[in-house]
Amino acid sequence: MDMQVAKKKLSLKEKYKLLTRDLGWDTTYHTKDEVFPYVQYEGIKIHDWDKWEDPFRLTMDSYWKYQAEKERKFYAIIDAHAQNNGHLNITDARYLSALKIFLQAISPGEYAAGKGFARMGREFPGVGTQVACQMQSIDEIRHAQTQIHALSNYNKFYNGFHAFADARDRMWYCTLPRSFFDDALSSGPFEFMIAIGFSFEYVLTNLLFVPFMSGAAYNGDMATVTFGFSAQSDEARHMTLGLECIKFMLEQDPANLPIVQGWIDKWFWRGFRLLGVVGTMMDYMLPKRVMSWREAWNIYGVENGGALFRDLARYGIRPPKGWDDAEKGIDHMSHQFMLALYQYNFGTAFHSWIPSEDEMEWLSKKYPETFDKYYRPRWAHLSKLKAAGTPFANMGLAKLCQTCQIPTVFTEPDDPTSICQRETEYKGEKYHFCSDGCQHIFENEPEKYIQAWLPMQQLFQAPINGDLGAWMNWVSLIPGKDNGDFDGSEDERNFAAWRQQATSNQ
Amino acid sequence: MQIDLRTVSIKQQRNTFDHLARRFGDKPASRYQEGSYDIQATENLHYRPTWDPDQLIYDASITKIVMADWYALKDPRQYFYNNYTLARARQQETAEANFSFVESRGLADMLPDELKQIALDVLVPLRHAAWGANMNNSFISGYGYAAIFTQACMFHAMDNLGIAQYLSRLGLLLGDQEALTEGKTAWLDDEAWQPMRRYIEDCLVVRDPFELFVAQNVALDGLLYPLVYERIVDGYLSAKGASAVAMLCQFMNDWFDETRKWVDAVMKVAAAESEHNRAILQEWTEKWSGRAAAAMLPVVRKALGADADEVVGEEVAAFKARLKKVGVDI
Ligand SMILES: [Fe+2]
Ligand SMILES: [Fe+2]
Ligand SMILES: [Zn+2]
Repeated sequence: MDMQVAKKKLSLKEKYKLLTRDLGWDTTYHTKDEVFPYVQYEGIKIHDWDKWEDPFRLTMDSYWKYQAEKERKFYAIIDAHAQNNGHLNITDARYLSALKIFLQAISPGEYAAGKGFARMGREFPGVGTQVACQMQSIDEIRHAQTQIHALSNYNKFYNGFHAFADARDRMWYCTLPRSFFDDALSSGPFEFMIAIGFSFEYVLTNLLFVPFMSGAAYNGDMATVTFGFSAQSDEARHMTLGLECIKFMLEQDPANLPIVQGWIDKWFWRGFRLLGVVGTMMDYMLPKRVMSWREAWNIYGVENGGALFRDLARYGIRPPKGWDDAEKGIDHMSHQFMLALYQYNFGTAFHSWIPSEDEMEWLSKKYPETFDKYYRPRWAHLSKLKAAGTPFANMGLAKLCQTCQIPTVFTEPDDPTSICQRETEYKGEKYHFCSDGCQHIFENEPEKYIQAWLPMQQLFQAPINGDLGAWMNWVSLIPGKDNGDFDGSEDERNFAAWRQQATSNQ
Repeated sequence: MQIDLRTVSIKQQRNTFDHLARRFGDKPASRYQEGSYDIQATENLHYRPTWDPDQLIYDASITKIVMADWYALKDPRQYFYNNYTLARARQQETAEANFSFVESRGLADMLPDELKQIALDVLVPLRHAAWGANMNNSFISGYGYAAIFTQACMFHAMDNLGIAQYLSRLGLLLGDQEALTEGKTAWLDDEAWQPMRRYIEDCLVVRDPFELFVAQNVALDGLLYPLVYERIVDGYLSAKGASAVAMLCQFMNDWFDETRKWVDAVMKVAAAESEHNRAILQEWTEKWSGRAAAAMLPVVRKALGADADEVVGEEVAAFKARLKKVGVDI
């Protein structure tokens, strides 16, 4: 044999195939069902895993190389940020509330997503799919860690960050993101991919990250801008994976369509509820506003989402069932959310406040149909109580939605003057919901949602037994430091003093 | 407005996060600690998995190993995403330089045919074994408990994939695409490879994450890497003049040296936790390493012929000595 014969040049695609898919084989000592036990029960039919199109072609050597470059830059910037007291560059200490919510609510979700993708990296019987999921798994570990590291320096100077790990498991408003990710992790592999890979990464990520990162940039927070930027190319990969997944499921068998549509309906609504927090942050918590939640929704929801669903129409997919209700809620939700947070702010590990006159002007310009009519009067009322020395605190227990876990504070889609409340009886028990969307989700899988951990009920059980102080202790919330009105808070005082020191000659 | 803030000296309010202060005292934490401890949800889990309602979504009891605190299983390398990625990026640079050195000087073509054939016969089918290792570590990461342990398993899984890819490139370089086809046929049908393939496939149905850790990372790799990369590639092939092959395998050699420190540390801490754990680890290690040795024997024979029994025996003894040091006596 002549070994000198010129080697056949492989195309990139062929080479990638040899370096990934060709590694797998059909097992013979154990059946496929034994090796991949979870891919049948959801009812999704896959006939040929080889039809999977790799959404990106990245071998491990190039993965390490690219990611290392990004990592070097990221840590160089946050090191400098910490060394130079970069936190004093933010517009105003009110901005910190957005970061506190992010660390308590979103970063743990990054880790949970990583855990889920490790499982998917094992459970799918196709090497291409597995490898893409595994890369997303370590990416998500990366995101959790870069976020914790970027915000670690803020924790050294400001309140509300220190107990994020306790808050994740015990804090009432953290059950909103926690139940979202727990729901995805307790779902089968295909539903997980629709939940996180498609709905979260593809449909909703832009609504989360773009406003959040531009908010950070507008408000002088280089640390957060940097982790956002650094994650961007990872997210681009995650989005293509999510899209490939849904197309693959729909192309493999027409019987998959109704199942996938059901998941899209469910996860759109769950994600939409989760994003209410982002809307609130954009409209209320950024001292320097980027755009309103309504404007962000118009671009990333209506335009981009609309285009996506027009594209998916060729598979028979229609826009998510809750789409119209979502649209009707956009001009209300951030106001309702912030009003609720303000009333319950004795129980939050971040500050809230009554918007200033200036900010109300901005809000009424951005929400001409709703703000002056429904919400300005309520803020004015709260303002009056505060001025009289009797600030309003809602000490009544909020009724939480059994599905999304938000207090039932949202109004009827077609009547902004009455609170939307739904209930269902299941096995002799009554369950409450914030919306039709959440009620439907429950009714499709009642056995799952009756298990939800409800933080308000925990209040009356050991070790708390209805004692607010004991509860604060249990969630590691330090009263007078972490919670309450921003006005008069330690964060406000410290930031002002330090800034003053930095800008004067003292 | 950019203000010069460097000169401001202001008083820190606290050193670290509460959960780290509880573990390590009120002092600044390392990035490894911040990124690894207590970042997995532990309490008030909402729903049971629909894929197995007998489990919790994060469930420490799906393994027989019992730990009072799973975060005791720390990584002596202190790898979190950043320093892990940076370390591998440096190693892949070396690997790349080695591949291009061999390629640009035509060293592959200068290998004696017999040695080249041995390299192909032994190394190329192992790309499938490395893929099996990848799936196993992805499983341990997915179902194991506590971020400190499971993140290291995900890094390990990605390493296994990297190794499968280096072995594939080695096959392409030494024998073109046919080498990969032949290697796969051998993996599927050659008598000599069947005990190994069976071992991997048996691992793929183990659903106790810690047992799988023992079967894959302790027992199989603990014998495979010394036998293949030290004894066959560095010992036998290099001595006969095929040091080009050793260059192409440097990544695997360095990797094993580095990762066994982590594997040993995990075993040591888990075994020291209780007699219950030690007994289980002993039972698993004995069972799986016995099978791993038997699976390696026909593979080693491909290179070392009649010497294989003795060499495998020596490595089994070395393996037992290694495990004895971490408290697992078999
Ligand atoms: Fe992420
Ligand atoms: Fe992502
Ligand atoms: Zn709801």
